[in-house]
Amino acid sequence: MQPSKPARRKQTAGQNLLTALLTVLSLIWIIPLLFILINSFKGKFFISDSPFSLPTGETFAGLSNYITGLQLSGFARALGWSLFITVGSVAVIVLLTAMTAYYITRVKTWWTSLIYYLFAFSMIAPFQLVMFPTVKIADALGLATPWGMIILYLGFGGGLSVFLFAGFIKSVPMDIEEAAYMDGCTPLQSYFRVVMPLLKPTSVTVAVLNAMWVWNDFLLPNLVIGQDERYKTVPIVIQMLVGSNGNRDMGAQMAMLVLAIIPIVVFYAFGQKYIVEGVAAGAVKG
Amino acid sequence: MTKSLKKYFLVFTGPTLIAFLIAFIVPFFMGLYLSLTKFTTLTNAKWVGFDNYQTALTGNTGFVKALGFTALVSAISIITVNLGAFVLAYLLTRKLRGTNLFRSVFFMPNLIGGIVLGYTWQVMLNAILRHWGQTIVNDWRLGMAGLILLINWQLMGYMMIIYIAGLQNVPPELIEASQIDGAGKWMTLRHVTIPMVMPSITICLFLTLANTFKMYDQNLALTNGAPLKQTQMAALNIVDLMYKQVGKQGIAQAQAVIFFIIVSVIAVLQLRATRAKEVEA
Repeated sequence: MQPSKPARRKQTAGQNLLTALLTVLSLIWIIPLLFILINSFKGKFFISDSPFSLPTGETFAGLSNYITGLQLSGFARALGWSLFITVGSVAVIVLLTAMTAYYITRVKTWWTSLIYYLFAFSMIAPFQLVMFPTVKIADALGLATPWGMIILYLGFGGGLSVFLFAGFIKSVPMDIEEAAYMDGCTPLQSYFRVVMPLLKPTSVTVAVLNAMWVWNDFLLPNLVIGQDERYKTVPIVIQMLVGSNGNRDMGAQMAMLVLAIIPIVVFYAFGQKYIVEGVAAGAVKG
Repeated sequence: MTKSLKKYFLVFTGPTLIAFLIAFIVPFFMGLYLSLTKFTTLTNAKWVGFDNYQTALTGNTGFVKALGFTALVSAISIITVNLGAFVLAYLLTRKLRGTNLFRSVFFMPNLIGGIVLGYTWQVMLNAILRHWGQTIVNDWRLGMAGLILLINWQLMGYMMIIYIAGLQNVPPELIEASQIDGAGKWMTLRHVTIPMVMPSITICLFLTLANTFKMYDQNLALTNGAPLKQTQMAALNIVDLMYKQVGKQGIAQAQAVIFFIIVSVIAVLQLRATRAKEVEA
C-alpha cells in the first residue's frame, strides 16, 4: 500500500481524443524501425514480395539473416571499435575540455579570450572545410588508428564542449576555489577536489551530446581509418554492406541495421532521463 | 588565486589546444591556402589564385545546383520540422496521460546515426514505392520528398524537447493573467506563449538550419544524389568532388570555403533576426 500516491486525474473527452491521436502518431513514428525488424526475420527472397506482412511459416527465416550478416561484415569487431572510440573520446573530451574551459574562464587575458572565440568559431565550420588537410595531417602524424581518432574528436569537437563548460563556470562564484586555495590547495588540487564535482550536470550534457555524435559519425572515421580492414566502425560497416551495389542480400542488410540500432535503444532505455535533459540543457546553453 | 593558476597554462589547456591545432586550426588555414592552388596531395600544391572559385561557381561541378537543392530542402524542412515540433511540445505539456512515453518515442530517431537512418528509410520507402513501380531514385522529386520525410522524422523530436523546455519556463501566472483579461486560448498562445518561448524558437530554427545545411550521411545513404546528382546536397557534392575526381581537389576545397562562408553568414543573420524578437518576462 502506498497511500501517498496521488489519485490519477480524470481526463476530459478532449484530452482522451488527444491521447488517442498522439498514440496513433507515435505508432506511425516507430513504423520504420518495426519494418526493419520484421523483415530481418524473413528469407531474403520474400522481403521485396510482401514487405509489410509479418513473417509466416514459409517466409520466416529465423536468425539466418543475422548469421549471414555477421559472417559477411565483421560487425562484432566494428561494434568493439565503435565502443572503444566513443567511450575513449567522451572520457577525454569531458576531462580535458572542462579543464580548458576552467582555465580560460578564470584567467582573463587577451589570449584566453582569443582561444575562447576560436573554439566558438570552430563550431560553425562544416567538416568539409578542414576534411582534406585534417585527414592528411592525421596520416602523417600516425593518428590513423582508433587511438588517434580520440585525439581528432577532441580537437574537432572540443569547441562545443569548451563553450558549454565555460558558460556554466562563469555562473559559479569563485569563493569556494579561493577558500580551497587559502587552505593550501594547489590549482590542480582545488580543481579536482572542488571545481570538478560542481561541473557534474554540465559534464553529463557534454558526455551525452558527444556520445551521440561520435557513435554515429561516419565521414571522419571513414576517411581516416575506414580503408584499414582492421578498424572499421559500425556506420562504416553499414555503409559498405548496404551501400554496395550488385549482389544485395536484403535479409542480411536488414539484420545488420537492426543490430546497429539495438545498442542505441539499450543506451536510451538506461540513460533516457540524462539524454533528454542533456539535449535540452545543451540547446539552451549553446 | 588566478596568479598561481596562470602558471598551469600547459597543464589545463595544453592537451586540448594541441588536439585543436592538429584537427582544426592548422587544417583550417591549410584549407584556405589549398583552395587557391591545384593539388592532389599536401606537398604538390601549385598556386592558381582564384581560378578554383571561378570554376566552382561557373563550371560544371554541380556545386551551384547542389546549393540550390540544399536551400530548397532546408527551407521546407525548417518550416515543417518546427511547426510539427512546436505542436507536439504544446500538446505534450498539457496534462495528458503517457506524455513521457510519447516524448521518448518522438525523440528516439535522433539517437540513430544518419547512415543507419538513411538506409532504413531507403528500404522502407522503396518497398512502398514498388506499388507504383517506382524507386526512390527514379525521380528527383521522390528523392526530395524522402529526404524531407527523413529529416522531419529525425529532427522533430529533438526540437520538441527544446520547445518543451521553453514552454515549461513560461510562468503560469502570465497565462492565467491573460486568461483573466479575457484572452482565448489562441490569443494567449499568440501574444503570451510564443513571445515567451522565442529563445527556444531561435535555437531550434538555428539547429534545424545548421543540421539540414550540413547534412551528409542521410543524403549519401538515402539517394547518394541519384538520379544524375539531382538530389545531391552541397556537403555530398564537395566530398564526391574531393575524393572521386582526381585533379579537382582544389575546386572542391574552394567549394568548401564558399560553403563555409554561406553557412556562417546564414547562421549570423538568422541568430540576429530571431534574437531581436525575444522578449523578457
